[in-house]
Amino acid sequence: MVLTGAEIVIRCLQEEKVEYVFGYPGGAVLYIYDALFNQKQVRHVLVRHEQAAVHAADGFARSTETVGVALVTSGPGATNAVTGIATAYCDSIPLVIISGQVPTAAIGQDAFQEVDTVGITRPCVKHNFLVKDVHDIAATIKKAFHLAKTGRPGPVLVDIPKDVTMQKCAFQYPENVSMRSYNPVIKGHQGQIRKAVQLLLEAKRPMIYAGGGIVLSDAAEQLTKLTRLLGYPITTTLMGLGGYPASDRQYLGMPGMHGTYEANMSMHFSDVLLAVGSRFDDRVIGNPAHFAEEPRKIIHVDIDPSSISKRVKVDVPIVGDLKEVLDEMIRQLEAAPTRPDADALGAWWKQVEEWRRRDCMKFKNSDEIIKPQFVVQKLWEVTNGDAFVTSDVGQHQMWAAQYYRFDKPRRWLNSGGLGTMGVGLPYAMGAQLAHPGAPVACVTGEASIQMCIQELSTCKQFRLPIKIVNLNNRYLGMVRQWQELFHGERYSESYMDSLPDFAKLAEACGHVGLRIDKPSDVEGALREAFARKNDLVFLDFQVDQTENVYPMVQGGKGLTEMILSSEDL
Amino acid sequence: MRHVISLLIENEAGALSRVSGLFSARGYNIESLTVAPTEDSSMSRMTIVTSGSDEIIEQITKQLNKLVEVIKVVDISESAHIERELMLVKVRASGKDREEMKRMAEIFRAHIIDVTESSYVIELTGNQRKLDAFVGAIEPELILETVRSGISGIGRGDRVLKL
Repeated sequence: MVLTGAEIVIRCLQEEKVEYVFGYPGGAVLYIYDALFNQKQVRHVLVRHEQAAVHAADGFARSTETVGVALVTSGPGATNAVTGIATAYCDSIPLVIISGQVPTAAIGQDAFQEVDTVGITRPCVKHNFLVKDVHDIAATIKKAFHLAKTGRPGPVLVDIPKDVTMQKCAFQYPENVSMRSYNPVIKGHQGQIRKAVQLLLEAKRPMIYAGGGIVLSDAAEQLTKLTRLLGYPITTTLMGLGGYPASDRQYLGMPGMHGTYEANMSMHFSDVLLAVGSRFDDRVIGNPAHFAEEPRKIIHVDIDPSSISKRVKVDVPIVGDLKEVLDEMIRQLEAAPTRPDADALGAWWKQVEEWRRRDCMKFKNSDEIIKPQFVVQKLWEVTNGDAFVTSDVGQHQMWAAQYYRFDKPRRWLNSGGLGTMGVGLPYAMGAQLAHPGAPVACVTGEASIQMCIQELSTCKQFRLPIKIVNLNNRYLGMVRQWQELFHGERYSESYMDSLPDFAKLAEACGHVGLRIDKPSDVEGALREAFARKNDLVFLDFQVDQTENVYPMVQGGKGLTEMILSSEDL
Repeated sequence: MRHVISLLIENEAGALSRVSGLFSARGYNIESLTVAPTEDSSMSRMTIVTSGSDEIIEQITKQLNKLVEVIKVVDISESAHIERELMLVKVRASGKDREEMKRMAEIFRAHIIDVTESSYVIELTGNQRKLDAFVGAIEPELILETVRSGISGIGRGDRVLKL
């Protein structure tokens, strides 16, 4: 069957069973959009800015087990997409981004809307391609999907010059991919797994620390089984929330800069630490030298060898897919003749419970002024803890992570690695399209939401009944918090004057807008919003301007050097 | 510590910039880098001279392996190996210096590959120390120009870097 390059692109997406493509047309992709027009299988979501196209595809991927797809034009289309691509790269999200390029003959001529897209994106993609021959399109797209979803996932960009999309050739989608240079290790090393299991069984103060890898490899079930089998305490990072049920007794909350007292103390004073799909990030362990002061054995399971022994020295490295490795660990544990030392474990739990009794997440609620933590708690109640929750970046992100207790994976969508403000609304779009009818809440702040607020109009066009929970404190809250604590209360440019009336703004885009000023109205407003099944509701909560996120480990400090509340200052 | 890393990489456009970009993005040193296609023209072989602690070298090899187009990575300086670099030196060669230069080239087993009335181009192959020694042995004012290739390296004996 002879097709044009553009038709081949769309046929490839059909073969990959892509439901939605998020994109924005332009000169270099006109033929591809023409091919899109002539079919019904792949649906296109027209965003208002290419950054949001990539974020929405990313949100779609995060909330499902599929690869997200974005389509942008050359030049500014591609550069606008870069923030989205880098965001996905930092959190290892599988994406395929198709970008148009100026015609082959014009490349390098400083043509209209020409940039070196492959060059610009190289440091923030898992891999990228420039397709210069129509015969290579099918094989390249097949490779792109394969690379995006296997091994450590990540975004893959395919740049296609305009003339290549109009040339013709016979279409055949390859059945499989073989690349001599790319063969990720899936099965963990048997001997290493045996060593790890032995170490876990001999532990006196064991701790399990799981990261985003648990969610990405869909290994929450295995992790839960292993953790319950061992009876050990567990913490999941910001990216791993939902990877283990937060309502379970063995769960200690999130570790790190704004993690719980009990999670940080248990990480620090453990004698055997099992790290799975995590990377000892600076926001998780604080100062690595301080972390290394306490002797402990570390077992680290990860698909990416370069994540192991990068920031901390690891005693038992295991490279492999978490699902496979954890299954094997469970199998060996069940067959093991010995059990964990009950006395030691009892004493350790006693200590852990003592730390937990500090109740570090308590906050002073008020009848006068809305506390942001209270809004998230109510959101959790009203949605029965079962919503898809997206967030932007800042204080509201931390409160959402701390007070919405996730029991299931892929329910919590946020930019953990790059920390990109503006992801919340497009993530919610992706999640809502992937899960029509499911409750989707975007917990955001008045600063973050403005970074992609143009997407309110996309939400109208595609009838996406997202609930926007705006924790409006009129400040760039996290910046203000650092300025208060570490910069002598000099609030340099962190106050935002002349904010829009968000309720009216939402109404102007055809949605429902509500402004909430009193704590007694919080629950009612949330219930009303979620009762409106077909409407996007913008809930503009006027919250306490002075509230800070605690506990807090200051940058460069150790995990045990926590500020638990403003009283510790 | 100085290390010599050899790698095989798909001979594709942009492959070199993926490697050099990795080094600059992560703040690793490159002392020299040489690259050319192998006998199988679908692959290129690179020799990278770098330095760093054991942890950094471990990260460098892991990060190189992570690049999708990289086929194999070996730190050849971990065991017995040979390093060779090519240098071309243009020197002033007139009057009494003319004979002196010729003698110097002989001592270092170099070749004179271009001759004019007033200059020679001398070709010299060896490890870095030998090349440095040659440059050091000539009067600095007689050196008009030098160009060095950066080293190529290969393991001794049975150690083979092949697909």
